[in-house]
Amino acid sequence: MKYLGLVWAGLFRKKLRTTLTLFSLVCAFVLLGLLQAVNSLFSGGADFLGANRLITQARTSFTQPLPMRLLPQIEAVPGVARVSHSQFFGGVYQDPRNFFPQFAVNPQRLRDTYPEWVLDEDGWRRFITTRNSTIVGRNLADKFGWKVGDVIPLNSFIWTKTDGTRIWEWEVAGIFDGRNAEWQKRAGLMYLNYGQFDEGRAGGKGLAGVFVVVVDDPDASERVAALIDEKFENSPDETKTQSEQEFQLGFARQLGDIGLIVNLITSAVFFSILFLTGVSMSQGVRERVPELAVLKVLGFTDRAVMGLVLAEAFALCFIGALAGMLLANFSTRFLPAEFPIETDLRVWMIAGISVVVLSLLVGVPPALHALRIKIVDALAGR
Amino acid sequence: MATTLVEIRGLTKAYVRGKQRVEVLHGIDLDIPEGDFVALMGPSGSGKTTLLNLIGGLDSPSDGLLRVDGQRIDDLGSDELAAWRANTVGFIFQSYNLMPVLTAQKNVELPLLLAEMSAAERARRASVALRLVGLEDRARHKPNELSGGQQQRVAIARALVSDPRLLICDEPTGDLDRATADDVLRLLQQLNREFGKTIVMVTHDPKAAEYASRTVHLDKGTLVDQAPAH
Repeated sequence: MKYLGLVWAGLFRKKLRTTLTLFSLVCAFVLLGLLQAVNSLFSGGADFLGANRLITQARTSFTQPLPMRLLPQIEAVPGVARVSHSQFFGGVYQDPRNFFPQFAVNPQRLRDTYPEWVLDEDGWRRFITTRNSTIVGRNLADKFGWKVGDVIPLNSFIWTKTDGTRIWEWEVAGIFDGRNAEWQKRAGLMYLNYGQFDEGRAGGKGLAGVFVVVVDDPDASERVAALIDEKFENSPDETKTQSEQEFQLGFARQLGDIGLIVNLITSAVFFSILFLTGVSMSQGVRERVPELAVLKVLGFTDRAVMGLVLAEAFALCFIGALAGMLLANFSTRFLPAEFPIETDLRVWMIAGISVVVLSLLVGVPPALHALRIKIVDALAGR
Repeated sequence: MATTLVEIRGLTKAYVRGKQRVEVLHGIDLDIPEGDFVALMGPSGSGKTTLLNLIGGLDSPSDGLLRVDGQRIDDLGSDELAAWRANTVGFIFQSYNLMPVLTAQKNVELPLLLAEMSAAERARRASVALRLVGLEDRARHKPNELSGGQQQRVAIARALVSDPRLLICDEPTGDLDRATADDVLRLLQQLNREFGKTIVMVTHDPKAAEYASRTVHLDKGTLVDQAPAH
């Protein structure tokens, strides 16, 4: 600790240069924090999902609907406890920017398959009995100020009504919460009553997007999934059944390999920052050769002087990283509810490792230079 | 009779420049008693700074014996030499060589960072050293806020703070005007006479050499003359 003042003084010898380098580091770590938070969401964000739920989709693609007549056949498969169905609605509220997930579902079946959603009894009753009803996640309701009884017009970019229009009106039957913090974060979607939806749409009647299958025994999930797919093999409606987690990750990957994209961008940023900080550190040490030589004159060993330079590199990277990560963490709070990204422990660990690697890469070359300084040459200006 | 603090026998220093070996000191023999104030004089390139660097443990000789305060330093390794310097020698340079980002107080505290002592004790000792050189009221000033003479006094305080037995001064008044140089030299003389510090000073200036108790002349790497002070 007694060398902290010396490290700090060395670091801020050129205030402007150090401040600009720090600013670059802060920007780089804000980017790292946010990008890795996105990565975290796509790679590990499905951990919260129950292991006892399977999703049955068309074998070719989840965008290909399956006929509702498959539902009783899936229910009849040994090991299946309950089945519900879900159809992506694809609507926007007032403005194209107000897009959030909406699914047309059978209310009672939703309740049976997703006990994670908490809604009072009156809310469920209204949702089940009112044909044009919807239930809304708390985060969404808070965002738009919706309350029970409000009528929400949604403009679907997929489904046209029998009257040729695309504006669908839904009455809020209830506002649901998640049963724990993890699910509460995801309460940013909307469920629509399938009865009204199927009756009102011009095409695709009697079709469901996917089936949600609850199994009796989570350990038997793989076997049950295989039995379902086997049942429809070589039929016009071949299926692909997988765990809900796999389905979610597969859905995310439709956008591309998010992890690869994020890591490539992060690497590019770090490569640039590596050069910038490395040049700044090396220049700083070159300018201070006589001062470092004086430290050696006073009795600091070669390794102690090298350690001081490395400590400066670490301090620079650490301060920049900490400020950047705090800023990234802070800014995630202002993202819309449908982007529930956060700088979790994994992201902080990546930032920590990055600090160590960056410090070594930018600190070792000038530190070795400092180690090799010969006192008499440095003092003579050679 | 004073004991010998610095004992030099057959000291040789050679540098290798490319394929050439250039010998700058040729078998120097010299004794410096404890409490002496020696001025090393000679023309440029005579090897006086090289000899000073060797006595101060900043460089290692190619051959010969160099004993300071009873310890041979000619065969010490880099780390041992660093520890020896921290405990035994104080350095004063022509261009002061203070840390520009540190205050006078913090500059003086620098050598004490290597010792096991509390921050409060470091500060107390540095204050004492600054008082000794008459700069107690400038403790919070940075070098660029001080005059050349004041900077050199801070450097002297830094050299004294760990209470070394030997002070090595390389042209300490080279950058100063006559009056300021005399002040600094009087201070060195005071340290020698009142505090018993042994001082070895390289200088070109005969006036500066007059403050020493004796003068040693070097020419082309050889000791040519040792004379008492005027």
